[in-house]
Amino acid sequence: MRIDDKGIVDRTRPVRFRFDGIIYEGVKGDTVASALLANDVRLLGRSFKYHRPRGILSAGSEEPNALVTVGRGAGAEPNVRATVQEIYEGLETTSQNRWPSLTLDLMAVNDLAAPFLGAGFYYKTFMWPATFWEKFYEPLIRRAAGLGALSGEANPDRYERAYAFCDLLVIGAGPTGLMAALTAARSGADVMLLDEDSSMGGRLLSETDLVEGQTGPDWVDRVLAELRGMDNVRLMTRTTVAGVYDQGTFGALERVGHHRAERPAGAPLETFWRIVARRAVLAAGALERPVAFRNNDRPGIMLAGAVRSYLNRWGVAPGRKVTVFGNTDDAHRTARDLVDAGVHVAALIDSRHDAPDSSDYPVFKGATVSDSSGRTALSSITVRRIGGEERIATDCLAMSGGWNPSVHLTCHLNGRPTWRDDILAFVPRPGAVPGLYAAGACNGVFSTAGCLRDGVRAASEALRDLGITPANVTSPEAENAPYAIAPLWAVPGRGRAWLDFQNDVTVKDVKQAATENFRSVEHMKRYTTQGMATDQGKSSNVTALAILADVTGRGIAETGTTTFRPPFSPVAIAALGAWGQGKGFAPDRLMTSHAASLERNAPMIEAGLWYRPSYFPRPGETTWRQSCDREVSMVREAVGVCDVSTLGKIDIQGPDAPEFLDLVYCNVVSKLKVGRVRYGLMLREDGHVMDDGTCARLGETHFLMTTTTAAAGQVMRHLEFARQGLMSHLDVAISSVTENWAQFAVAGPRSRALIDGILDSPLNEADWPFMACGPVRVLGVAGRLFRISFSGEHGYEIAVPARYGDSLFRLLIERAEALRGGAYGMEALNVLRIEKGFITHAEIHGRVTAFDIGMDRMMAQRKDFIGKRLARRPGLIDPERERLVGLKPAGAVQEMTAGAHLFKDGAEPVAPNSQGYVTSVAFSPTLGHMIALGFLKNGPARHGETVRMVDHLRALDTRCEVVDPVFYDPEGGRVRG
Amino acid sequence: MAELFASAPFAALLPLSVGSVELAAVDLGRLTLITPYKDREAALSKALQSAHDVALPAPNRTTGQAGCRVLWFALGQVMLAGPEPDPGLAEHAALVDQSDGWVTATLQGEGAEDVLARLVPVDVRAAIFKRGYTVRTQLQHMSVSITRTGAERFQIMVFRSMAKSFVHDLETAMEGVAARG
Repeated sequence: MRIDDKGIVDRTRPVRFRFDGIIYEGVKGDTVASALLANDVRLLGRSFKYHRPRGILSAGSEEPNALVTVGRGAGAEPNVRATVQEIYEGLETTSQNRWPSLTLDLMAVNDLAAPFLGAGFYYKTFMWPATFWEKFYEPLIRRAAGLGALSGEANPDRYERAYAFCDLLVIGAGPTGLMAALTAARSGADVMLLDEDSSMGGRLLSETDLVEGQTGPDWVDRVLAELRGMDNVRLMTRTTVAGVYDQGTFGALERVGHHRAERPAGAPLETFWRIVARRAVLAAGALERPVAFRNNDRPGIMLAGAVRSYLNRWGVAPGRKVTVFGNTDDAHRTARDLVDAGVHVAALIDSRHDAPDSSDYPVFKGATVSDSSGRTALSSITVRRIGGEERIATDCLAMSGGWNPSVHLTCHLNGRPTWRDDILAFVPRPGAVPGLYAAGACNGVFSTAGCLRDGVRAASEALRDLGITPANVTSPEAENAPYAIAPLWAVPGRGRAWLDFQNDVTVKDVKQAATENFRSVEHMKRYTTQGMATDQGKSSNVTALAILADVTGRGIAETGTTTFRPPFSPVAIAALGAWGQGKGFAPDRLMTSHAASLERNAPMIEAGLWYRPSYFPRPGETTWRQSCDREVSMVREAVGVCDVSTLGKIDIQGPDAPEFLDLVYCNVVSKLKVGRVRYGLMLREDGHVMDDGTCARLGETHFLMTTTTAAAGQVMRHLEFARQGLMSHLDVAISSVTENWAQFAVAGPRSRALIDGILDSPLNEADWPFMACGPVRVLGVAGRLFRISFSGEHGYEIAVPARYGDSLFRLLIERAEALRGGAYGMEALNVLRIEKGFITHAEIHGRVTAFDIGMDRMMAQRKDFIGKRLARRPGLIDPERERLVGLKPAGAVQEMTAGAHLFKDGAEPVAPNSQGYVTSVAFSPTLGHMIALGFLKNGPARHGETVRMVDHLRALDTRCEVVDPVFYDPEGGRVRG
Repeated sequence: MAELFASAPFAALLPLSVGSVELAAVDLGRLTLITPYKDREAALSKALQSAHDVALPAPNRTTGQAGCRVLWFALGQVMLAGPEPDPGLAEHAALVDQSDGWVTATLQGEGAEDVLARLVPVDVRAAIFKRGYTVRTQLQHMSVSITRTGAERFQIMVFRSMAKSFVHDLETAMEGVAARG
C-alpha cells in the first residue's frame, strides 16, 4: 500500500512491469520489491528445499528470499534480488523454484516430509544402493530443490572489464562514507566513492532523523552536490565491491544496464572493475538480523529496518496492521515512523523487561513472538508473556534481533573479526586488510552522529598515512541515540524456527549438527548448508553460530565465524571473464600471406596464436589428403612455396654475441663463418631439449637465430634470463624481429630457378652452397636469403620487410605455378619433414633429451653450455630410454596413429608393457605407405624388429617395423644438389 | 619487370570513430630499436643529440617530437621513430630495423582515457601519465607501447600481425564507453 506524502520516489512517473505475467504499476525509483509491496503482493518465491511460501525479508542486497528471474530467452538472468532490481517500463520478472505456479506449488509436499529432510538427510538417506545416487537420487533432488535456472543458451549480453586507480577508495556512501569522501576530497586526495545502491545515502534515505537540521535525503543531496563539483572525486552508484585482494586491489561489480529498458548498442550489462587504491575506507554499514521463532519465514514478516526503508524511502506500508518485535531501542523507531505515517501499529513486542513505553501503541515488555499463522501471507502472531500466550491479528511483523556490522571485506585476506559483547556483534579487526580503515556501522558505531564522526576520523587517518594533511571537517549534528541491545537469538519452543531462509536451515538443524558432533562452526556450516548459496548467510550467520555456541556451551567469540570469501554478493562469471567472449579470448596473429591464402580457399589452422594455411585445395580435390599428397609431390618434383614467417626470429648483436650463443646452444656456434647457417639445439637447465632452429651469422658480431613457432616467446624469455641472470658480464643485445620480416620457404628441384627470377642478380653457385646466407635485393627491395631446407629438397628461405610480404607471396606462387609448382600448407610441410625424420615439438615435447633424439654428439665436449651438467646424468643417457625411431608398416597396414603405444610383438598391450609411443604419422606419397616417428626403448638398436602398435583410444592394433627415422634421401644428396 | 608493393594492415581497418573517440593509423616512418652496448649510454645519448637532436630518454619517458622521437621501449632499449638512423650510432649500440614489425595508431578524443582504462592495466590519467610519458604494457592480451602525445591523444604501437585483433578490442571498448554517453 502506497502512503501519501511519504518516500523519495517520483510519483509523477508511473512505470509498468510484469511479475509472473501480471502487469503491475510502480513509480520511478521503485525496486521490484517496493513496487510489489505497493501493490500488496506478498508472495514472491518458494524456499529452496521445502518450497515454503516466501516474501520479502529485507530491502537490500542481503535478501535471501525474494529472488526472481529477470527477462526471458537467452539473456534471462536468474536469482536476481527483487530488493535490488530497479523497475523500468516493460521489465519482465518471474518467480522461481515452483511448479506449476507460485500460489499452487505441488513441490510443497516436501514441507510435509520435513521430518525426513533435515540437516544431513541426503548423507544418510540416499546411500543405498550406491548406483542410485547418480542415476536417481541426485536428479530427483536437483529437480525438487533449487534456485533459478539459466537459459542454457549462449549469453547475448556484453560485459566489460575496466581498471581504476585512486588515493582513497571509500566503500559505501551512507553517512560514514559520505563524510569520509568529503574529508578526503576537501583535502585534495584523489577519491573514489562507491555504493551498491542506485542512490547514495545509505540509511539516511530510509530514516526520518535530521542531519544538520535537514532531512536525510536533503543533506545527502547537498553533500553529493559538493562532491560532484570537485574534479578529484569519482562517484559510482550500483557498484558493489565484491572482493579484496593483495596490494590494495579491489574487485568491484558495476551494474550498468540492469536498470535500463533500452541499452544502446555496445553498452555493457555489467562492468567488472579492478581498482587499485593506495588506501581505503570501508563504510559498508550493517545488516539487520532476524529473530528465530516458529514459522518466522511467513510472507509479511520482515526486518524492521526494511519496513522503515519501504515506508520512508519508497512511501510503501508493507501492511495495514503492523506489529513490531525487537530487542533494541531501534525497534521503537519503526513503530514511531509507522504511527507518524498513519499506519496502525497493533503492538510492539520487546524482549527487554526495561523497554521504553509509548502512548501511541501497546508495548509488550519482556515478551516474545513465539509463532505465526497465515498460509501464503501473515495473518496473526502469537505473543508469549510470563502470563501465557495470546494471538494478535497482523499482516506485517517488523522484527529486529539487532545489527551485524558488514565485516565481510575485512576478512578476505584471512582476517577474523572480533566479538564485542556490548553490541552483541562482530567488528573488524583493525589492520586485517593493510591500508583499509573500517568506519561507521561496519565498525560497530550505530548512531548517525557517531557514523558521521567516524567517517571523518577514518579518512583523516588514511590521509595522514598517505602524507596528506586532512582538511578540518566538522561532523554535523545528528541522531545520537543509544543502541541498548539485549540478547535475543531464538525464541524457545517447538516447531521449526528459521535461521537461513535461503537454504531452509532451522534452529533444530544447527542443534542436530552439534548433537552429531559437527561442533566446529565450519563443520556445522557444511552439514546444515547454513550460509551457502547466493546470500552467503548475510542474515543468518551470526544467529546460527550464537545458537551453536549456546548448545555447545561455548562463548560466541570462542565459537568464531565461518570464513568470509569473495565475492561479497554474486558476480556473474561473464563479468569476471569480460572481454574473453568470442574473439576477445585471444588475439589472432595473421601472416602477411593471410588474405592471399584465404583467396585460395586454404583452411586455416592455429599454431599458437598464429593462423597458418593447412593446404591449398585445387579444383577436383575433395579431401585434404588429395591436396596434401599433391603438394608433397610438387615439392619433391618441382617447387613449392610456404609462408614460414611464424618462426621466431631473434637478432643477436654485440662483441660477446658468439660467446653468448655458445652458452645457450649445446653445439658450437662461435666458429661459424660469416654468411653461413648452422642447425642449433638448445637445452633447458635440466638437460632436456627446449627448442631447435637455425642460427645465421650475418656479420662478425651479428647473428640471426630462428626458433620454432610455438617456442618463440619461451626462447626469447630464456635468452633474456641468460643475459640478465647468468651472463650479465657479456655485452650482447637481443631483439625479436619475428614481426619485421615476412619469410617464405621455396623448396624443390626448381627452387633455384624461381629464386633467380625474383632477385636483382642471380645467385652465384659457388657463393651459395647448402647452409649459406646473406643479403640480397628482391625486385629492388633489400632482403635476406638463407639456403636451408626443412623438406630435404634443394631449398631457400627468402625474407623481405613485412610490408612486402603479401606482394612477394602472390608473386612467388604465380611463378611457382608456372614451373608446375605452387603453394603448400602445414599438412604437406609436416609430411615432408617426417619423410626426412626432422623433429618438431611433437618430438621435443619437454621430456626428451638430445640423447633421445640421436643428437647426443651435438653436445660439445670442450665448452660449457646451459644444461650440460644435468644432460650427463646417468638416467638421461641410459640406452634403455625411449629413443627416436622411424616406423613403417609390417604388412598391409592401412593406418597408424600418433599417440599410439608400442609393445613387443606378442606382448599384452597394457600400460606396464609399453615400450614407447608414436609422436608423428603421415601418409608418404613419395614412398607410397604410412610412416611414423616415435620413441622406443633402446630404439636405435632395434631397427628391423617388428613391434605392435596399439591405440586404445581409436581401437587400432597393428604391427610395424622399426627403421631409421630418416625415410627419404638419407645421404642428403637432394638438399645439396 | 615485376615489383613489390607495400601493404599496411591498418589500411582496411582504420580510421574508426565511435562517439567522441577516434582511432587512426599513423606512419611513424623508420623504426630503429636501439640497444646501447655496455656503459655506452652517455656516448650514445651524445651521438643521438648530434645526429638527430634528441637525447636518450629515461625509463618510461620520451624525447624529441613528432617526426623524430625516441621512446623508452624496454629494459636497456629505446626506439628511434622517424629518421633513418645515423650509421655512427652503431658504434655505441645495436641497431635493429623494426619499421615493419610494429604498426601504430593514434587514439584521440574526449574519453580516450576511459577507453584505455577498459583494456590497459596501468593508470593513464593525465595527472599521472603526462604528455611525453610512455609505457610498455598490455592492451587486453597484446603487448603494446603507449605514449601520451596530447591532452586527449595517445600513440599506441602493436605487433603488425595483431593489427586486426587490436582494432577489434579497441572498437569494443570504444563502443562501451560511447554507450554510456
